Amino acid sequence: MNIHQSGSAALSVRGLSVAYGDKPALSSVEASFQQGRMSAIVGPNGAGKSTMLKASMGIIGTISGDARFFGRSLEEVRSRIAYVPQRASVDWDFPATVIDVVLMGLYRRLGPLNLIGRTQRNFATQCLEEVDMAALANRQIGQLSGGQQQRVFIARALAQKADLLLLDEPFAGVDAATEKTIITLLKKLVNEGGTAIAVHHDLSTVTAYFDDVLILNVRRIANGPVSKAFTEATLAEAYGGRLAQADPTVRAVI
Amino acid sequence: MDEYYLGLVLVPTLIGVLAAVSCALLGNFLVLRKQSLMGDAVSHVVLPGIVVAFIATGSMAVAPMLLGAAVAALISALLIELVRNLGKVEPGAAMGVVFTALFALGVVLLEQSDTRNVHFDVEHALYGNLESLVWLDGTGLSALFDSQALADLPPQLGRLAMATVVVVLFVVFFWRQLVVSTFDPVFAQASGVPVRFIGATLISLVAVVAVTAFEAVGAIITIAMLICPAAAARLMTNRLVPQLLWSVLFAIVSAVVGFWAAGSGMELIGSGFSVSAAGMIAAVSGIILGLCACIGPQRMGALA
Repeated sequence: MNIHQSGSAALSVRGLSVAYGDKPALSSVEASFQQGRMSAIVGPNGAGKSTMLKASMGIIGTISGDARFFGRSLEEVRSRIAYVPQRASVDWDFPATVIDVVLMGLYRRLGPLNLIGRTQRNFATQCLEEVDMAALANRQIGQLSGGQQQRVFIARALAQKADLLLLDEPFAGVDAATEKTIITLLKKLVNEGGTAIAVHHDLSTVTAYFDDVLILNVRRIANGPVSKAFTEATLAEAYGGRLAQADPTVRAVI
Repeated sequence: MDEYYLGLVLVPTLIGVLAAVSCALLGNFLVLRKQSLMGDAVSHVVLPGIVVAFIATGSMAVAPMLLGAAVAALISALLIELVRNLGKVEPGAAMGVVFTALFALGVVLLEQSDTRNVHFDVEHALYGNLESLVWLDGTGLSALFDSQALADLPPQLGRLAMATVVVVLFVVFFWRQLVVSTFDPVFAQASGVPVRFIGATLISLVAVVAVTAFEAVGAIITIAMLICPAAAARLMTNRLVPQLLWSVLFAIVSAVVGFWAAGSGMELIGSGFSVSAAGMIAAVSGIILGLCACIGPQRMGALA
């Protein structure tokens, strides 16, 4: 697989190495994610999946390597990228309502001092409608279920009007209805020319949900279309002997 | 209202209010970031820095004290890393050890230093001297328009007013960045918000306010006001702007009621002596927090 075939990949990572203390988290990872595709990053726990997204976005420091978005540096195209962190990474007791959180997606475009008016509120409500959450716009975020919290995060990413969505475990701990809503929405965005890259842990849905995949375990195992890269051999290499116990459903896929 | 009311009651009360409000505003973000103990820590760590700056310069000017406090904060950060790595203890324990040790060092230094010329001792460091920050020339409303009388205002009033203005400007101008980096730092960083700069500025302002308030009202009020009004306000509302307004209200009530209760209040209940205003202000803020925990609409378990 030639991973550098396209200079305008939505995200292209070269020689990326990251360590936590003495422990390597990513080792010279090469990966490329094409525009207009749904891509998954899969691998066992501690494989560096979230780390790769965070390192690409400059959220954590790297030892070496770089990430290019749409063939450019992050700073040049930051406003074209929406990042959806892990739901569990924030304190949902924060004093804010659902629409307050969605409006955070507008902060970058608004600048520090432009006031939020009716136009912005209407737009945020539209974003909530996309995830069936408009009725809960004024609810305190602490009262949401896990699935509803994830929908709010997706609505905030929609409010950013980005071309590339980076999602860290968007389906972790959400109900089936939410998973369906989110995947339908992401597929729609991708059909309209957008790009989505998601850290994903459920091997049984990779084929159904995604076009491309990066299989990762500190180093890159495989990267490319699901039909080619997502094989028994690459998974065995990534998960080692743990695969059979770790996820029995995967047999149905392979 | 007698002629000394303005100078002997209103001026020290106003100083207490300014110290309380500036601390409370920043305290909201410390509480939400689960960094309340940082405020506590900063208020402790600044003492040896202030004392060394005082010994070196012989004055109570703000600039050298801030510099001393900053150096002390830096040394404490290095010491914490050292204790963590050499002692193999958890970060919380390392912090606890370093902050109390440095505060104790500050106390010892203070006792050894020659502070006969200025009113600056251990008691002062803890309780401040709010009751003595009076305006003797403030003998009526006309004094407010008399430049000579105004020049005699306690300098702490101006310093704290400036600190409060700086805090308000910071909160207003960095509002969105503060909010988003407090709620969701990962998202904030991905959106290009300078999360570390905002966090460092917040802690630096806590240090500035701690140093400024320290000299006037002591460490007790500073620590109490960084935590109590904000924590109580969180129990009153589920929105951030109302929370900030509640915290300011609680800070003002604590300062006004506390100052009154320490003096006139004690007289009222027949006590022949007054008590420390700083201690009473901190106690009132604690009582407010207790009340909010019992009857506040958003206390834990009462979410509806």
